[in-house]
Amino acid sequence: MARIAGVDLPRGKRIEVALTYIYGIGATRAAEIIRECGVDADRRTQDLDDDDVNRLRRQIEGNYKVEGALRTETSMNIKRLMDIGCYRGLRHRRGLPVRGQRTHTNARTHKGSKRSIAGKKKPPKK
Amino acid sequence: MPRSVKKGPFIDDKLLLKIEIMNSRNEKHVIKTWSRASTISPDFVGHTVAVHNGNKFIPVYITENMVGHKLGEFAPTRLFRGHSGRLADKRSGR
Repeated sequence: MARIAGVDLPRGKRIEVALTYIYGIGATRAAEIIRECGVDADRRTQDLDDDDVNRLRRQIEGNYKVEGALRTETSMNIKRLMDIGCYRGLRHRRGLPVRGQRTHTNARTHKGSKRSIAGKKKPPKK
Repeated sequence: MPRSVKKGPFIDDKLLLKIEIMNSRNEKHVIKTWSRASTISPDFVGHTVAVHNGNKFIPVYITENMVGHKLGEFAPTRLFRGHSGRLADKRSGR
């Protein structure tokens, strides 16, 4: 079982895809890492020998910010914005979109699912 | 699209001049400004700038973390008091 950066890689998938299960590694990075380590992208995780896995692990853990460290960095960046009291920080605090999107409608990704408002009329059905 | 690096950060000339004068004299007083678009440069740290929000001047104490942001980011122009009929507004983080 290949375990890199605290994540169990799916065994049956191509290593190029399996690496994307690590937070902070997407398709581009996965391809890049594989190239740097000289591993065949088409091999399955379970077919890799320990040497390959170790090379991948060293490459990822040494040169890339992934998983916990990356999550910490992201939340620290957001916390910084909130602490200095700038506009973006205020938007984060209120759970509204940060980059100037409209909030009259939509914006559900950041606001979360709808909350019903008492006494609001339903639009007539057609 | 970010501003071209070639031009350098935009800082209102008069504002920067005032800050530099204050720095050279080692004094501190509040400067009023309408220049919300000015980038905060490291020279500003420790000063208080009163930034206009369209209605009045909001005093902003500049800390090191704020360098690189614009003055306007710290003086909100809109006041949202909540919608009508909503009972006790449940905003937690403020």
